[in-house]
Amino acid sequence: MARPVLEVRGLSKHFGGLEAVKDLSFDVDEGQIVGLIGPNGAGKTTVFAMLSGFLRPDAGEVGFRGCAITGLPPHRVNALGLARTFQIVRPFLHLSVLRNVTVGALGRQPRPREAERQATAILEEVGLATKREQPAGSLTLAERKRLELARALATQPVLLLLDEVMAGLGAAETERIVELVRRINRRGIAILLIEHVMRAVMSLSERLVVLNYGERIAEGRPEAVAGDPRVIEAYLGEGDAGAAPA
Amino acid sequence: MRWAALAALGVLIALPAVVGSYTLTVLIFVFFYAYLGQAWNIVGGYAGQLSVGHAAFVGIGAYTAAMLSLGAGLTPWLGMFVGGALSAALGAVIGYLGFRFGLRGFYFVLLTVAFAEICRIVALNTEAIGGAQGLYITFTGNPRQFQFPDNRAYYYIALGLMLAATAVVWTIERKRFGIYLTAIREDEDACQALGVDTFKYKMLAMVVSSFLTGVGGTFYAFYLFSLQPNTVFGIPLSVEIVIRPIVGGAGTLGGPILGSFILSPLAELSRFYFARGGWSGAHLIVYGGLLILVVLFLPQGAYPYLRRLLARRA
Repeated sequence: MARPVLEVRGLSKHFGGLEAVKDLSFDVDEGQIVGLIGPNGAGKTTVFAMLSGFLRPDAGEVGFRGCAITGLPPHRVNALGLARTFQIVRPFLHLSVLRNVTVGALGRQPRPREAERQATAILEEVGLATKREQPAGSLTLAERKRLELARALATQPVLLLLDEVMAGLGAAETERIVELVRRINRRGIAILLIEHVMRAVMSLSERLVVLNYGERIAEGRPEAVAGDPRVIEAYLGEGDAGAAPA
Repeated sequence: MRWAALAALGVLIALPAVVGSYTLTVLIFVFFYAYLGQAWNIVGGYAGQLSVGHAAFVGIGAYTAAMLSLGAGLTPWLGMFVGGALSAALGAVIGYLGFRFGLRGFYFVLLTVAFAEICRIVALNTEAIGGAQGLYITFTGNPRQFQFPDNRAYYYIALGLMLAATAVVWTIERKRFGIYLTAIREDEDACQALGVDTFKYKMLAMVVSSFLTGVGGTFYAFYLFSLQPNTVFGIPLSVEIVIRPIVGGAGTLGGPILGSFILSPLAELSRFYFARGGWSGAHLIVYGGLLILVVLFLPQGAYPYLRRLLARRA
């Protein structure tokens, strides 16, 4: 039995009158890939912000590798081994691609030269090695998404939160990222991903958690979730349950 | 680049043997403002936290060393470190308020200006440190009291200060600390997501920067022999400190030095000629014009541009 690496219990957040996340609970097991899906505005990114320490939940607990991390600042959460990417990528535009990844590696390896070596290896892995000296601002969107991933990876996480790393990419690029995510996971890194590219999320995830209006409306294996009438309704609206989100 | 820098250094060391006293004075200001600019560069350039209140640190350093010398007979050679420490303490307070409460951009600028102004007003109204009259240091020419009959001594001290601050920045640039600072300037949230304790590193940058600036205050006091709250704590001095690294290239090693070599002689000359024509203050128009040109054509400053130019030649 795999142990949970992430335990979310009763997580809630409201902004004014809007309940963005309501009493959400779920687990991510060690080495697992879990997809967090739901229509736009369902609260997925808010969940990520709370898990990674950028947003303090109004209620609920987040457990990571057995420690309560609720309310810890983002850098502490990262140091414990939980890394995230941003939906809207945030590269250090004026720094080189290598420098961008080195910043991530320096947390565990304070010596710049050694951190650079690690960063170079990661750039090889994500296919950005040839661009290492270029400023990050010169990269295409697809490359920036991979850089975002590389940077998070450089912090040597146990759990990686990926926020729409495939959004806006072409079919070939998406396939490439899917492969990359799979390879990262094979090294034993658990992954929680928010994704709208259904084919990708279906093929990658062992389990899906479906959010709608901040509430978990379904959870389970991808095939089971895709056939769930509540999920279909959330995506397509009532009375139009003709197709699954797959 | 390295050879060019060494050659330039050789020239600067030899220069007092050949040039006159006026040129020496101009160069002393070039070095001194390069020193202050380099100190500012750590927090303002590398970390991107735009302090426009660094005069506060010069003032505290200057008043501390002067008061300790006048009142307690402590040599400014030690007083400069006391002044540096007090400045660093104020830097920590300003940094704490600004960084803990997330004051970014203009709000941080306003906070730093406000603190410098508070210092100025407190100094103006504290009779124990001379009030509006300020402090006057009697010239004794005693090197133990940081006083030298020969202008060349000040020249070499100012040169040494500039080189020391540059060495500090050079070292920071190569360490994790410096890499983090440039990343913080780019995107703080992304840094935090990558495990960087941005608060800690910004605080550290502020403390080191204000300490060095405070040490510079001693030079200010014992080179000019008079301290007035309005000049040593004033906004114009803060602007003088900020403008050189920006023109030369904020967040670059050579920026403050190049900026000072461009602006300090210019300020000196235009001040001299404009003042003679009854146009005192007109040098600020020259500053303004130059700043507009730099922002338009060399937004990263003159130093990165010069480097690219030299690299292309080589």
